[in-house]
Amino acid sequence: MLYLLLVILGWINIYAAVYSDEHQSILDMGQKYGKQLIWIIAAIVLAIMVFTVDSKFYAAFAYHIYGATILLLIAVLFLGKEVNGARAWFEFGNIALQPAELGKFATNLAIAKCISQFDFKIQKMRSYLILIAIIAVPALLIILQNDTGSALVFAVFVFVFYREGLNGMVLFWGFAAAALFILSLVLDEFKLLLFLLSISIAAYGVLRQSVKESLIGTLITSGILTLIWITNSSMNLGATPLQLLTITTLLIAVLFIGYGIIKHISEVWRIVLFFIFAIGISMSVNYFYKNVLASHQRDRIDQVLGIKVDKLGRGYNVNQSKIAIGSGGFIGKGFLKGTQTKFNFVPEQSTDFIFCTVGEEWGFVGSTVVLGLFLILLVRLVSLAERQRSQFSRVYGYGVACILFFHIAINISMTIGLAPVIGIPLPFFSYGGSSLWAFTIMLFIFLRFDATRTENIR
Amino acid sequence: MDLYSKRKYLIIGLFSLTAFIITIRLFYIQVLDSSYKISAASNVLRREINYPARGVIFDRNGKLLVFNQAAYDVLITPKEMKTFDTIAFCKIVGVEKEELINEIIKAKNFSRFKPSPIIKQLSSQTFAVLQEQLFKYPGFFIQARTLRQYPSKIAAHVLGYVGEVDQKIIEGNKYYENGDYIGRSGIERAYEDELRGVKGISYKMVDVHQMVKGNFEEGRLDTAAIIGKNLVSTLNGDLQSYGERLLSGKVGSIVAIEPETGEILVLASAPTFDPGLFVGRERSRNYSKLLIDPNKPMLNRAITSSYPPGSTFKLANALIGLQDGLLQSVRYSCNGPNSSPIKCTHNHETPLGLVSAIRESCNSFFWQAFRSEINHFSNPAKGLDAFRNSLLEIGIGKKIGGDLYAETTGSVPTVSFYDKYFGSGGWNSLTIRSLSIGQGELLVTPLQLSNMVSLIANRGYYIAPHLVRSIQDYDGTQDTLKFERHNIDAGRDNYEMIVQGMEQVVEAGTARASAKIDSIIICGKTGTVQNPHGEAHSAFVAFAPKINPKIAIAVYIENGVWGARYAAPIASLIIEKYLKGKIAPSRQHFEDAMINSDLISTMKTETGD
Repeated sequence: MLYLLLVILGWINIYAAVYSDEHQSILDMGQKYGKQLIWIIAAIVLAIMVFTVDSKFYAAFAYHIYGATILLLIAVLFLGKEVNGARAWFEFGNIALQPAELGKFATNLAIAKCISQFDFKIQKMRSYLILIAIIAVPALLIILQNDTGSALVFAVFVFVFYREGLNGMVLFWGFAAAALFILSLVLDEFKLLLFLLSISIAAYGVLRQSVKESLIGTLITSGILTLIWITNSSMNLGATPLQLLTITTLLIAVLFIGYGIIKHISEVWRIVLFFIFAIGISMSVNYFYKNVLASHQRDRIDQVLGIKVDKLGRGYNVNQSKIAIGSGGFIGKGFLKGTQTKFNFVPEQSTDFIFCTVGEEWGFVGSTVVLGLFLILLVRLVSLAERQRSQFSRVYGYGVACILFFHIAINISMTIGLAPVIGIPLPFFSYGGSSLWAFTIMLFIFLRFDATRTENIR
Repeated sequence: MDLYSKRKYLIIGLFSLTAFIITIRLFYIQVLDSSYKISAASNVLRREINYPARGVIFDRNGKLLVFNQAAYDVLITPKEMKTFDTIAFCKIVGVEKEELINEIIKAKNFSRFKPSPIIKQLSSQTFAVLQEQLFKYPGFFIQARTLRQYPSKIAAHVLGYVGEVDQKIIEGNKYYENGDYIGRSGIERAYEDELRGVKGISYKMVDVHQMVKGNFEEGRLDTAAIIGKNLVSTLNGDLQSYGERLLSGKVGSIVAIEPETGEILVLASAPTFDPGLFVGRERSRNYSKLLIDPNKPMLNRAITSSYPPGSTFKLANALIGLQDGLLQSVRYSCNGPNSSPIKCTHNHETPLGLVSAIRESCNSFFWQAFRSEINHFSNPAKGLDAFRNSLLEIGIGKKIGGDLYAETTGSVPTVSFYDKYFGSGGWNSLTIRSLSIGQGELLVTPLQLSNMVSLIANRGYYIAPHLVRSIQDYDGTQDTLKFERHNIDAGRDNYEMIVQGMEQVVEAGTARASAKIDSIIICGKTGTVQNPHGEAHSAFVAFAPKINPKIAIAVYIENGVWGARYAAPIASLIIEKYLKGKIAPSRQHFEDAMINSDLISTMKTETGD
């Protein structure tokens, strides 16, 4: 019942946020407020309906639901209405539905179903590919809708897989790749190479569990670098620092591999592999960045990393959002007293940037409370998932937690400039029926499972 | 339960770590970094300034010299506009439909949310009609502004003008900000603080489109505008206007003071200009036109030009000699044109005393008087020092005005000045003899001359000459201004001697033909100032009547040939007009001659030769 309380608290928060939202412009307000109230009531009705259905139903029809959702996602490509450049909406009168929201829940069901099969072993390549396919199909369809943000959510299932036995190295390499991606954007090539070199030497030391060899490695490297440097300046060869460092790196690599072969040290190969992988990633980043990403996506990343600062153009949203949240201070301006959100300075303030209202009107205290509630919800979901008897319920529970986590973390982070602007809603807060319903259904199905946790569902 | 259940801790850890990072960030931007609060305020707050009406200026008789005329601009906010009856609107404001539509398009291009003016400076009549109909035109509103208006176009130099503040003013005074107006010269400048009032400031909250949403803090921080105070000037508008007419076609100035009070009745400088030129859109063009005019019409010669005073200075010389007890009974001889070291151009008896010497403007007498004044002291340096101090005391060589903006000091040469030229001890009274007859290095403003006469008329004191009598608050209370009184106690009899001489100047002396009025006893002194650059300057100082004087005047006409030619008639006409109200028929020809004479174009043709 704690979940119900949390959801109700969430709803009260939406209520506050949407309510103040309403007071900005007399005409729109009534409509938005009214609509959101209908969404909320409908969501409660949905939750009750979800609760009355037997939990076995969801397990039995997981693939069917998944299939139907995929069909919806395809249909929306042709029949949908375009909003803000994304063809992601079905429109019925003045009510719009976004099948991508359903996609998250349906995919979660399908994954749970798949993993809980008897013959499923995540370490097997075949099982692995099936999982990837389950995720990739809706994600690609959503990307086709031009809604990359929602598609990114699907990446979060990697945590679910990890919990179900995925090799930790996959997670590690994933993080390493992400870190490298950011580093290769922020640092220039010289610094990046230097950084990788130091990491490699340190890694060698860790793997060999020898500080001494690590130090010797550092000394040799700096020695060679200095030598080449002196050679360059004394002979006036005019090589750039990057070229010098590259030569040094190559020399060290040769020496290192030679040493490894002679001494039969197996870690050498891992280090070399890592190094090549890292160089590969960082070199492909530029290509990916310049050719694969759309310009607005590139700009949003640039803004977060501080590569470009443009407070009126691409950075306007985030800058205004930071101003709104920052101006809230410690205890906030008070209910309905927020000036920045009330007077429309923050774009999309009732949907993606709803956290601004919380930040401005309730300040640091309010923001932290909301954040805390979300964290309690997440932790609670994980522990509930852990107490499920059936693997299906557990996987599903983890899926719910991870999807919520991704939304919460990315949404709040983007409003305070920690993450690039990705158009995904804040669960239970953002205005809009589809996301509210999707999160409600997703959550309540899990609660339904929890109510019958002793049963074995698959 | 199963192999990987420990992994939940890593996942929970990840959740918590993320929440922690976000909390740190929130703490930073919400609690530690105050810049966001400032940005928020600048986003949402708009400071609106309510400009109070500037005070008006009356002359001493309650006649308006400067007032504000309301002009009304029609503004529109395109976003709030609805379709309206353009033809009816055009009929009310009297513009062509095409013009109106053009202006609306321009306004839309500028901003759909911000107001922009489409029709400027409507009259109050049109405004009244439009005001009644305005409800039919949503998005339209009217903004009142005030323009300085000069009903009689006189006293441009005295009144001064208002102009936009520049960066220097803004940096020097926190009250002003960009776009504010400030008095830039004259009374407008000297009484800026009184005239401007206090502007009101209100804080409005605006949304992202700059549309006003309400008062900040319910208007608790707003201040009300306080309207400017009115000034009652000492000027006599009619006399000022008459003076300016008499000066037409000439370069020069008139300063008339009421001796008893130090109130300036006339302060005219020619050539002059219409003060209305500095108002409105033509302002900057007119300004630069006046600036490049070779006759420098913007220069207020009455208080900023200093000239050698010529023979009018003999009065000061006489007063100093009398103060020292040197001239009461002395008689000096004069050899007329053969006099040495300064020749005398006038034909008169010899030897002669002070009264006759003033009447005849005898150079020989005043040179000898000056010599005795200097040699009265142990050495020429001490003598000149004392002479100079006496002059400063009677208001020559220093600023004397009570409230005059941009007055200059004139100049009385100092001991060190001559030491530099001739070496210490290398000069004596003979070397600096030109001073005795008001020539040489001595420079005096017309204001100082008129003040000197005022002192003589008062027989012993002068009050700092000033232009404003009293300040009227908006609630009607009057604040009469007090100005400093300077007593120069030289003995009543001594003053009477000078007065007697001055009376004879007009009765029988150098100004008998040009300044004498049958019904008024005028006491005056002519001055013909040698001018190395062209014709001599014409100067005349006077007061009248002899008993209980009502007016003291100095007239200085550049290149006016000699004192009796222009300066004396002009001074006498002003006196007559002031004391009698009209010019006697027998003197009408003076008035015509003065008004119609044109020295400026003559000068031009001469230099052209």
